[in-house]
Amino acid sequence: MSDVPLLEVRNLETYYGPIMALRGVSLAVHHGQIVAVLGANGAGKTTLMRTISGVLEPEKGQVVLEGEEVTAREPDEIVRRKVVHVPEGREIFPLMSVRENLLMGAFTRSDRDGIAADMDMVCGYFPALAERLDQEAGTLSGGQQQMLAIGRGLMARPRLMLLDEPSLGLSPILVKEIFAILRRLNAEQAVTMLIVEQNARTALDVADYGYVLELGRIVMDGPAERLRASKDIQEFYLGMKDESPRGRRRWKARKTWR
Amino acid sequence: MDALQLLVSGLANGCIYGLIALGFVLIYKATEAVNFAQGDMMMLGAFITLGLNNEAWLGLPFWLAVPLAIAVMAAIGYLLDALVLRRMFGQSQIAVVILTIALGFIARFIAGAIWGHEPQSLESPIAGMEVRVGGIVLGLDEVAVIVVTVVLTGVLYLFFSRTRLGLAMQATSQNQLAAYYMGIPVKRVHSLTWALAGAMAAIAGILFATKGAIDPNSGLLGIKAFAAAVIGGFGSLPGALLGGLIVGLVEPFSARYIAAGFSQIMPYLILLLILVFRPDGILAQVRQKKV
Repeated sequence: MSDVPLLEVRNLETYYGPIMALRGVSLAVHHGQIVAVLGANGAGKTTLMRTISGVLEPEKGQVVLEGEEVTAREPDEIVRRKVVHVPEGREIFPLMSVRENLLMGAFTRSDRDGIAADMDMVCGYFPALAERLDQEAGTLSGGQQQMLAIGRGLMARPRLMLLDEPSLGLSPILVKEIFAILRRLNAEQAVTMLIVEQNARTALDVADYGYVLELGRIVMDGPAERLRASKDIQEFYLGMKDESPRGRRRWKARKTWR
Repeated sequence: MDALQLLVSGLANGCIYGLIALGFVLIYKATEAVNFAQGDMMMLGAFITLGLNNEAWLGLPFWLAVPLAIAVMAAIGYLLDALVLRRMFGQSQIAVVILTIALGFIARFIAGAIWGHEPQSLESPIAGMEVRVGGIVLGLDEVAVIVVTVVLTGVLYLFFSRTRLGLAMQATSQNQLAAYYMGIPVKRVHSLTWALAGAMAAIAGILFATKGAIDPNSGLLGIKAFAAAVIGGFGSLPGALLGGLIVGLVEPFSARYIAAGFSQIMPYLILLLILVFRPDGILAQVRQKKV
């Protein structure tokens, strides 16, 4: 872990029209880490990802990649800096084949041999895609589309992957499968990851460090083990019941950060 | 024999409608805006070729004037998007539609101011020549229109399925947000799509001008081509060509076998029937996004 973080977000404020979706978010992702951002619906997770990848412009604050400020650059410049956004809801190209979808992931590259090698690499991680390279992507199942979205992101040879809810709408078995692959990619391909998730348990299982985002603010952060052990996280994000000596739930259902 | 000649001239007209319709669909698919100036861009392409080629103007050789005119129209298409339409980004559809209609008026005015309002003919090397196949006499210009359209269709197919830019255009039209995430420069792709539509308009215009006289109001042909695009399925490139061919064929045959006036009505009658019974057009792309 070097001193300069791969990605640093400082005091980001982003609006959707009149709605302030991010209210000053700061976080850091170091080389080789998997960092999770937990949050419920409407916490601002997707907004955060879109602001980092340049699709949305922040009102205030900075996005810094390895010490270089890239706030509000065009999205293609961010991808050329090897930061790839894997969107939620499996935003694929439905009428193109799986192969063409993967090739679009490598749009910013021109090294033919490298692209071919990475196509094999993606097929190795996702055998389900390898069998369906010539199939129209819109006809894939939900899980396969999610794999395609991740595989397509990998085709850019990213240093940093921004994964937006990779578990959305998938069965528990598929979620387990996909997160296992993410962990392998992190270890074997040296891909640093920033994952935003509602599924806190799964995300904290693979993550090194976590942040909790609520209503556009970071309300808590710490190493993943510490978050897993936190009473508040357990109660509000992991759904565990806290058995007090009197055999009932905490009578004051309040989070300590409020 | 008579029917065969009608068939060829109908196909030739249909190819021109189809090429203009392709321009409509290209821009609609990429940017979700309808360019009502597409017919006028065709007219402008024809006049630019005429201005470069005819003795009365610059008098360049035909085979030099053609690629030049195509390049100029491509540049005009690119700049229209980059300088004018990009500023309309996020505005309502109606605003964009009105803007393109206005652009059409401007194109007509400019063409009239430069080349005058009298009908003029392009001095093409194939004008007036004929080919005899068996006992039938066909105009070389009509055969040329059909051949060029077939070749162009093949080139476009290869462009969209094989080249990086062609695939990027497809990707941008299917899912703009995901195209941004892939690092595709979406705005530049939009402008390049306009450039392609401009080049297509120029080719359609040149083919149109080899078949007869042109004047600044020739662009109104675009309305018929728009109907053709809707008949074929707005949003489908093969549909645009098919719709063009249908309109082109229906015109001469209805004039010959029903009554002369019907050639003007039949395309719109078909349009009406299509809108009632198959509102998405003949070759509608059935697209459902899984959520």
